[in-house]
Amino acid sequence: MTTTAEKPPATEVGVLGWLKKNLFSTWYDALLTIGSLAFIYWVLRGVIEWALVKATFSTEPGICKKARAAAAAAGETAGACWSVVITNIKVFMIGRYPGEEVWRIWASLGIVAVLAALTWWVWRAEAMREKRRWVVIGWLLSFPVITILLRGFSEESRVLPLVPTDLWSGLLLTFVLAIVGIVASFPLGVLLALGRRSTLPALKVFCTMYIELIRGVPLISVLFMSQLLLPIFLPPQMRLGTVLRALVGMTLFSAAYSAENVRGGLAAIPIGQYEAAKAVGLNDVLMMALIILPQAIQKVIPAIVGQFISLFKDTSLVVIIGLLDLLGVAKAVTGQTEYIGLQKEVYLFAALIYFICSYAMSYSSRRLEVAMGVGER
Amino acid sequence: MEGRPATTEDIIICRDVHKWFGDFHVLRGVNMTVKRGEVVVICGPSGSGKSTFIRTINRLEEHQKGDIIVDGIELTNDIRNIHAIREEIGMVFQQFNLFPHLKVIDNITLAPIWVRKWPKDKAEKIAIELLERVGIPEQADKYPGQLSGGQQQRVAIARALAMQPKIMLFDEPTSALDPEMIKEVLDVMIELAQSGMTMIVVTHEMGFAREVANRVFFFDEGNIVEELTAEELKIAIEDPNQAKEERTRLFLSQIL
Repeated sequence: MTTTAEKPPATEVGVLGWLKKNLFSTWYDALLTIGSLAFIYWVLRGVIEWALVKATFSTEPGICKKARAAAAAAGETAGACWSVVITNIKVFMIGRYPGEEVWRIWASLGIVAVLAALTWWVWRAEAMREKRRWVVIGWLLSFPVITILLRGFSEESRVLPLVPTDLWSGLLLTFVLAIVGIVASFPLGVLLALGRRSTLPALKVFCTMYIELIRGVPLISVLFMSQLLLPIFLPPQMRLGTVLRALVGMTLFSAAYSAENVRGGLAAIPIGQYEAAKAVGLNDVLMMALIILPQAIQKVIPAIVGQFISLFKDTSLVVIIGLLDLLGVAKAVTGQTEYIGLQKEVYLFAALIYFICSYAMSYSSRRLEVAMGVGER
Repeated sequence: MEGRPATTEDIIICRDVHKWFGDFHVLRGVNMTVKRGEVVVICGPSGSGKSTFIRTINRLEEHQKGDIIVDGIELTNDIRNIHAIREEIGMVFQQFNLFPHLKVIDNITLAPIWVRKWPKDKAEKIAIELLERVGIPEQADKYPGQLSGGQQQRVAIARALAMQPKIMLFDEPTSALDPEMIKEVLDVMIELAQSGMTMIVVTHEMGFAREVANRVFFFDEGNIVEELTAEELKIAIEDPNQAKEERTRLFLSQIL
């Protein structure tokens, strides 16, 4: 009897083995594989031909018309004309933000990039654990700093002249709405979730009613309400800009959904965790902050990130209240006479940006789950 | 913590403790006094109220009638009294209830750092000493999910001891363990008992009771049916018919 290890048969390993196991293991698997490939080719061929092969990338004025006329003369369909995207790229990114102040956006991006690099560097090594708090403080400070940087002080200021939020537009506005909305709504959602599970009847009823009310109406109506009702509630000397009012609306809206996600996580924590936390002498606040919430949130990361992605995409609804986010700018660009007939290119470009950002969030959420799942089997 | 303290002061006094779950009368006037350094074992059939009773001592369950006085502090609805008492009482649960998102060492240092306000190095030094005492210092940087049941329960004991409690409560500490792991946990508990810790242990491990218990209480239907001294227990374990009460005899003959 031999105990030497043998190599598995060639048909079981490597590329061939993988193909056989996953794509051609039975005759109907093979049929499905070939059918799917044919379908993918049929769909993609048209798209690739339109978007790349026959497309025009030149920004020369009038070239699109020429290309279309040539295609029509040859009896073919015309390819995409990307000049509309290329010439307007700055408009898509920052919209009406004044051109001479663009350095402020670059500076803000620089701050974020430095913080992100620091975070990655510090979180990688266990030895840097003590420095983590400084990175967190850095992130917290970045919010007021970037806000001041982007908005400026007053119209007379030499260093940072005022850029009213009405001028914030394009992808910049989309990011501002999404990031501030996410960062502000999450803690609010956690508080609402805790309130809904509270034993104090008044608090519980208030939180439950708030959550159900907000979840019962569409975001658009919340956005309208925040535009129309906030000025009535607030004292007249506190005038909030349209962007700020939209932010309040989005935050209040998203918080209700975050609350329900967090509540789901809270419900999944066994009673023994509460008892053990109490038995070692933790008070209610410490018990929640150190034992219950970390576990509850970890359990619902996928749902919470899903909520963030949905909030990010929902920022496009602010068009309705007259703000020009990425989609609003796209709409405005396609409305110009020189770009008539180029909606496909513009909207596809916008969709691509939304997809990249959403996918990045989804990917980070999976990484976060893995990183936080240590110790769970 | 070496040797029995000379005082015979009562550290836990329970007088006529009643509790209801809805209409169900779980505890029906329990009277029990535990002296400093005493090891008390509570046993009885399931549903007899023994777990509920020890959980009233650190207010995981609220009693609705009667008095509970721990180390001179009366358990009332005053949250300060409840916290003061919980800081004096360590508890070990049937299901271990370790914090799964924290490493073993952080499970142990959490309460000393946040409740006792010890500096981190002091808390960690004591945590390592406690892990050595329960025999698993090498597991400090693992997560609870990576340990066996017996190891988890020993970490739970270390976590409770880290607060330097005056009293330890054990709620069926070996019931969720595989047979080969029961001994490693009981050995730690025996060592703890011999070091002079005041302990109330809900368990059916009569070997443990015979070795270290000063008194054994038999519970049934929400009250104490019979109390045996260490000597009486040894006789009753040899021959359950020596117990005074019929229900105790029946129970002992079933579990032995």
